[in-house]
Amino acid sequence: MAREDTYLAWREHLAGLSDEQLEGRFWDLVQEIVDPLVELARTHTSPSIERSVLMRMGIDSRKTMAIVSEVEKRGLLGHGAGHVVLYCAQQWGTDVRAAAERLAAGEGWDEVEAHWAVHHD
Amino acid sequence: MTEARRDGQRQTSPARSGLQPEEKLDIVELLRDLEHYRPRRKGWTWRKRVPHQVIGPFEYRETSPSLARSVPLPSARYFGNIDPQPDTVITTEIASGRFEDDIRRMRMAAWHGADHMMVIRTAGQSHMDGLLEGTPEGVGGIAVTRKQVRATRKALDLIEDEVGRPINFHSYVSGVAGPEMAVMFAEEGVNGAHQDPQYNVLYRNINMYRSFVDAAEAKRVMASARMAQIDGAHNANATAREAWKVMPELLVQHGINCAFSVAVGMPKEDICLSTVPPDAPPAPKLRLDLPYAIALRDLFKGYKMRAQQNTRYIESCGREATVTHVLDLLISRLTSADIQSTITPDEGRNVPWHYNNVHAVNTARQALVGLDGLRDIVKVDRESPDVKDKVRELKERAVLFLEGMIRDGGYFAAVEQAYFVDSGLYPETHDDGIARKADGGVAAGSIVERAADYLAPVCHHFGANHLPEGYGEGDGERKPCELIGGCTLCDGERVPFIDELDPEDNVNVRLAKTAELRERGLIKPEVEWAGDGWVVVTMFLPASERVAEFAALELGKAMNLRDCEVIHKQVMHPAEGTLLEVKGRLDVTVDPATLVIPSKPEVLSPDEVRAFVAEHGLKVVGATVGNDEHSVGMREILDIKHGGLEGFGIECFYLGTSVPVEKLIDAAIEHAADAILISTIITHGDVHRLNMQRLNDLCVEKGVRDRFLLIGGGTQVTNEDALACGMDAGFGRGTKGIDVASMIVKKLRERQA
Repeated sequence: MAREDTYLAWREHLAGLSDEQLEGRFWDLVQEIVDPLVELARTHTSPSIERSVLMRMGIDSRKTMAIVSEVEKRGLLGHGAGHVVLYCAQQWGTDVRAAAERLAAGEGWDEVEAHWAVHHD
Repeated sequence: MTEARRDGQRQTSPARSGLQPEEKLDIVELLRDLEHYRPRRKGWTWRKRVPHQVIGPFEYRETSPSLARSVPLPSARYFGNIDPQPDTVITTEIASGRFEDDIRRMRMAAWHGADHMMVIRTAGQSHMDGLLEGTPEGVGGIAVTRKQVRATRKALDLIEDEVGRPINFHSYVSGVAGPEMAVMFAEEGVNGAHQDPQYNVLYRNINMYRSFVDAAEAKRVMASARMAQIDGAHNANATAREAWKVMPELLVQHGINCAFSVAVGMPKEDICLSTVPPDAPPAPKLRLDLPYAIALRDLFKGYKMRAQQNTRYIESCGREATVTHVLDLLISRLTSADIQSTITPDEGRNVPWHYNNVHAVNTARQALVGLDGLRDIVKVDRESPDVKDKVRELKERAVLFLEGMIRDGGYFAAVEQAYFVDSGLYPETHDDGIARKADGGVAAGSIVERAADYLAPVCHHFGANHLPEGYGEGDGERKPCELIGGCTLCDGERVPFIDELDPEDNVNVRLAKTAELRERGLIKPEVEWAGDGWVVVTMFLPASERVAEFAALELGKAMNLRDCEVIHKQVMHPAEGTLLEVKGRLDVTVDPATLVIPSKPEVLSPDEVRAFVAEHGLKVVGATVGNDEHSVGMREILDIKHGGLEGFGIECFYLGTSVPVEKLIDAAIEHAADAILISTIITHGDVHRLNMQRLNDLCVEKGVRDRFLLIGGGTQVTNEDALACGMDAGFGRGTKGIDVASMIVKKLRERQA
């Protein structure tokens, strides 16, 4: 909705503030806006975040795509794709890269699904 | 992990052979063994200001250490070739679509003082949910992949050794794959990146929840490598219909990205505000833009300023763009800039051409050095109502904007209600802002709440992470990646490398097409890519604008140019004529082996000539001879104001035009001159040669040939011609006073010896 410039009418409550107080108010308001955004980020994840976790585990981009898309499809993203790979590595007695290789090739997903269905739903 | 280095010192790698200034960068060699190349450092490097630096005859207040190798500004030849480097990092933005050509452009830009190479991404990459690999060709930028990034970083490591200054490499951590891009950049030693979730939301229509969730992770990773972050607020300037009215909103956008970045763990000093003076003449630019620049720096103390140049109002006239940019630089010097970004003056015409990157960098270098110490002699009058009231008003309008956002439900609600990029000066609105739906956009519905057992066994991960007891990023805790035996951010050797995925679209195929040019050293014009053939022809046509445009295309074809396009036209007068620049491809190569290049006479320095003249005194007589009234060339050689002989202390007797040769000799005898200079422009009937021969013959006849150096000049004269006519030297088109002065001094020295 278009609006005329109401600056002079709207600014009255700011007129009495010193420059320092005005700048303080700017940052307080910014913080108020940003806080819920940070909380959203803290409590959520995304396919790209999970792929970035796998990358840090030394897994190449093609395999991160394959694994995360499978994790997402099976509704397990909220547990962490790195978690899935780590779990498999522990179960299979391999390092995480070897586990990722097998998962990317489509192996072991029933095991993964069974684990989270039983323990963590 | 590799320690983030912020001290400006460079690690050297003695095993690597360096670049040689006289040799081209060998792209094929660069690509060899890439899978094992690791970056030598992480993190951003600022220039170090040297507060009182003496360079040549001057003292500077705002410069940084000089380069080991560079191309100084053209006028530096009058100042002992000094090349003072400003204290701000200077950015050049590169977007040719082929990294193998971009690298050569970077080398050229570095030699002109750029130390921030900003690589633009190919159109569309921001919507790709995942990383690309290999070296596919891009449009308006490159596909940013690990291989391209690694090859570029490797080249920059060589280039920074060549110029003697660390070079920052930069690209984009935006789009749907931000966290992955951030990890890849941290692994590959990329030093800075754009990261601003608001950019995704507003300009790329990526889902807003996804953008902020991803941004937190990406920023955390960037912080781990101490990358400099640049926000995306400047895009509002470039997008809003009336760019000067979005200033309150810009303060808000900067504020949101800054506060969000700090909240997720990024140090304040790594956070740069991307700020553009919003206006351009004919607007009264300084009076509008300076209060804004001040308000910004008041509010964002402790953050860094990346001063960008205005692109919103750039047209095809490179001169006009440059003047606007110089005014932007004046604002940088009147306030502050930590990074001075540059925009190529041809951005209004086409994808930037490489020499225009150099021009833009030079605009910054030249203006910043010219304005050195400005604030020591000129102060902004902060008490003037034009400044004080305007600064206050902008801050108040920004606060009102934030109050409105909160009243209307916070950030996401405000975006749904088109708060941003509205061309009204808030609280005025024109209802033309960008609206996005919270549940809409690319990758909508793709974020997931973290479960109670959510786990990410790696370092520099943001948010809820249920690591086993004793693991974490706090003091005394075991690093999260110890769960998996280390992560790539702690141990670079763990980084995997994928080479090429596409057998057709890759650098090897592209290089094969230009192999002949490289291997045989053939020369073909280029502006973007090796062998692209683009040239530009400037012409004035005595015709109205539209007629001139079509005539110019015909003329381009007549010059054998392909794909002709008028890239600039400017009316000189509606009827009298139009200035045009036409680009076209010239499919011609030159083999330098076939060129006959006369050896270049060595020119003495002006100081050397002056010293000789001061010691020995030097007189010359000069005139145009025969029936020749063209005096311009001769005046240029003699006149002090054209850098002529007078300027070196040489006494010049100019006898005028169409002077008989006999009279010149008499004058030379009378003044006891050291040299006789004649100029002939007219060449029909070989009159220029006849005159030179006659001067020599008459001098011999009079028995004075040994007393004078005889010098012939004119547009068609060559040294070989002149010598054949018995003269001591001949000078053709483009000759400067110093060329003639050098020759005289050298000949006289020979005689003395």
